[in-house]
Amino acid sequence: MIRDITLGQYYPVDSVLHRMDPRTKLFGTMVFIISLFLADHIGAYAIATVFLASAIAISRVPFKFMVRGLKAVVFLLLISVSFNLFLTDGEVLVRLGFLRITREGLRMSCFMGLRLIYLVVGSSIMTLTTTPNQLTDGMEKSLGFLKAVKVPVHEISMMMSIALRFIPILVEETDKIMKAQMARGADFESGNLIQKAKSMVPLLVPLFISAFRRATDLAMAMEARCYRGGQGRTRMKPLRYSRRDHVAYVIYGVYLAAIIAVRAAL
Amino acid sequence: MAIRAEHLTYVYGQGTAFEQYALKDVNFQIPDGQFVGLIGHTGSGKSTLIQHLNGLIKPTGGTVYYEGEDIHGEGYNLRELRSKVGLVFQYPEHQLFEIDVFSDVCFGPRNLGLDKGEVARRARSALEQVGLGEKYWDQSPFELSGGQKRRVAIAGVLAMEPKVLILDEPTAGLDPRGRDEILDKISHLHREKGMTIILVSHSMEDIARYADRLMVMNRGEKAFDGPPREVFEHYRDLETMGLAAPQVTYIVHGLREKGVPIDHDITMVEEARDAIVKLLKE
Repeated sequence: MIRDITLGQYYPVDSVLHRMDPRTKLFGTMVFIISLFLADHIGAYAIATVFLASAIAISRVPFKFMVRGLKAVVFLLLISVSFNLFLTDGEVLVRLGFLRITREGLRMSCFMGLRLIYLVVGSSIMTLTTTPNQLTDGMEKSLGFLKAVKVPVHEISMMMSIALRFIPILVEETDKIMKAQMARGADFESGNLIQKAKSMVPLLVPLFISAFRRATDLAMAMEARCYRGGQGRTRMKPLRYSRRDHVAYVIYGVYLAAIIAVRAAL
Repeated sequence: MAIRAEHLTYVYGQGTAFEQYALKDVNFQIPDGQFVGLIGHTGSGKSTLIQHLNGLIKPTGGTVYYEGEDIHGEGYNLRELRSKVGLVFQYPEHQLFEIDVFSDVCFGPRNLGLDKGEVARRARSALEQVGLGEKYWDQSPFELSGGQKRRVAIAGVLAMEPKVLILDEPTAGLDPRGRDEILDKISHLHREKGMTIILVSHSMEDIARYADRLMVMNRGEKAFDGPPREVFEHYRDLETMGLAAPQVTYIVHGLREKGVPIDHDITMVEEARDAIVKLLKE
């Protein structure tokens, strides 16, 4: 039951996108998001569609995993599309009682819908092809310049990767404790709000105890291996750009230039 | 017949890239009062299997019957089933949460909706069964030793007075003394109370000593099922599954290869001792 919740939603297949440096993917996602906000013409959206479609194609992740993320924003999507559709002034096309649909409204709502869908699908491609650990590594390296202004970049990213690493463990632990208490007749589903909150105690107390136990164990193990922050620390898999990353950056440049060109020309 | 499983199949993550068979067409019957040992390599499906028996997991295919009734049938009371088929998870002390030992043991019977007097009676009797004296009852369960904590957790399940007791590696991580104490209590429950026991274990010696019957799981399938003596005869096959027979079985087979006429189905150290002494006297 609880196993079905996927947090890191990495999809393990082998593709060019999977092998790409996480920094390249982070940057690419950023470029794509910026381009969506620059785009205000059907031509620009056509270019964005081609860009997105080719990324989906080379990622080799089944399409249904891409759109899975959309479920979470369906409500937001409906609201923003209908607001734009009905509340934009301009040349009236249809009248439905007090509601009216204008040419400008139709255009705006289409663009808004596309923009949101592309945003979600675009960032899903990154999380589907990059493991959470690669992602934090990429962020650590990309944000390295912040060290100059005394931001503890290494420590923050270490905390992030530990947190990410522990999510599946704690999910599994929750599942186990829940089952153990259910085997003792516990009921987590029925009852009113207060009863439900009370029934959480047998789940939360053991969960917290186990989280603390794991935290001290981990701290001990890290100290035993002489961990003392990022200073002088080397990596087992250092991030290195390869040819495919350089090619990707060139594509990003061309893509962004095209979007800007469309915007400037029309 | 206490428990019957027919064509039990379970698939993890169906329809995703992570699809995996945890159980494949498993069939068995466990009569009342039997002591069943269950062994298998890590990931062989034994933990998944036992969670099917009290309805914590719903099978992808197949049926589990408790006393002839389909436990996922319409209107079947799963909560009542869980009080009859008690399941003690691995490291059960991780589920303790109350402020004192006694209240923690009361949690199970209280969930059954029994009145206060009956809850207290069952908790007292369960704590006595696992050999925890009254002086521990008001202590915080978190102050006890590992073996004591585990006995509290087992008492928490026993307090529901189940007819079938399933234990998932109840001796993992305990010292030899704690291990013997727990196994003795379990064997006592089986002999004196006639409880049906399913014991998941990695220790072939323990299985050989206590179980009437041994089921071996391998990659989600039932590989062997029979009296421990017969199953341990297949020690070569067990090795390919990452398992083994009791050490003394190897000694006996070694002796036979050297031409010593000793019984081939010896699985316990005491038996081997007696047999060897007898042979020497002859």
